[in-house]
Amino acid sequence: MAAEVAKVDPMHQFTIAPLGGSANWELAGFNIAFTNSALWMAIATGALFVFVAGGLRRELVPGRWQMSVEFFTGFIDDMLEANVGKAGRKYVPYIFSLFMFILFANILGLLPLGVIGVHPFTFTSHFTVTGVLAILSFSIVLLVGFWKHGFHFFSLFIPSGTPLPMIPIIFPIELISFLVRPFSLGLRLFVAMMAGHVLLEVLSSFVIDGTNAGIGFAALVGIPSFLLMIGICALEILVAAIQAYVFALLTSLYINDAENLH
Amino acid sequence: MDAEAAKLIGAGLAAIGAGMAAIGVGNVFGSFLESALRNPGAADGQQGRLFIGFAAAELLGLLAFVVAMILIFVA
Repeated sequence: MAAEVAKVDPMHQFTIAPLGGSANWELAGFNIAFTNSALWMAIATGALFVFVAGGLRRELVPGRWQMSVEFFTGFIDDMLEANVGKAGRKYVPYIFSLFMFILFANILGLLPLGVIGVHPFTFTSHFTVTGVLAILSFSIVLLVGFWKHGFHFFSLFIPSGTPLPMIPIIFPIELISFLVRPFSLGLRLFVAMMAGHVLLEVLSSFVIDGTNAGIGFAALVGIPSFLLMIGICALEILVAAIQAYVFALLTSLYINDAENLH
Repeated sequence: MDAEAAKLIGAGLAAIGAGMAAIGVGNVFGSFLESALRNPGAADGQQGRLFIGFAAAELLGLLAFVVAMILIFVA
């Protein structure tokens, strides 16, 4: 294994550990230990609840907090209106929860709480979490599609106006591209978050090892790496927001397929 | 060649994919900016498509990263 050579192990931050002696909790034969991943999911949910509850005020002249909540709901509402149309209104609660949950998770994972000894855990950097979110979105697409259109939903795989001889070729291609969606949806978020955190950790190992190696290395490697790290941190905040947005955007596009076919 | 060395070389080669995705993402945003400056009025309406293109181009670069991680840590 190559990872054992480095002093700073970039993969260590993704370790899932049970907290507070909950390692042996069982429910019907399954281990349900309360892990750091579960803790940070609870924190993200709590923070989201506080954020939205603080904005539910219905004042005619909104304050700053109400404005920020209304900005996000309006943002999701506009996105669904633009991508799905009038029928998209009923998906606003789902897409809003999805977007805000992922956004809070990504940003909480970036908080520099490590300096006071609390290490934030980015649970969106695990495929188990993003995969379940993707499956949730995909099942909504399937349920809505079959509920609304019945077996006519399969016409999604044959774009209208396809010449008859092309159908045997187009159908499997469209089918595969449809079935790959949940994987690409979950994979994108998980890999983007993981890659960012690995990058930060590798850069921090440059800073630490470079500074320990003497004053020459500190000036040549440590300081430039540290400056680069600051820039990458800003980029990571951008990526956290973009990935949450892309997840919500693609989900709404897939819902559009289910609502309106082609 | 040693199997471990071959894995590491393969992981390094997978970084080419990340560079290619960088070209793709740059192309998406570059073309968007170019046309947005020609017709700023239409630019805001196309932001959704911009991010779809970005997501599609980026995914392939991320897949290269996955390949590298699998080669180093899993295979």
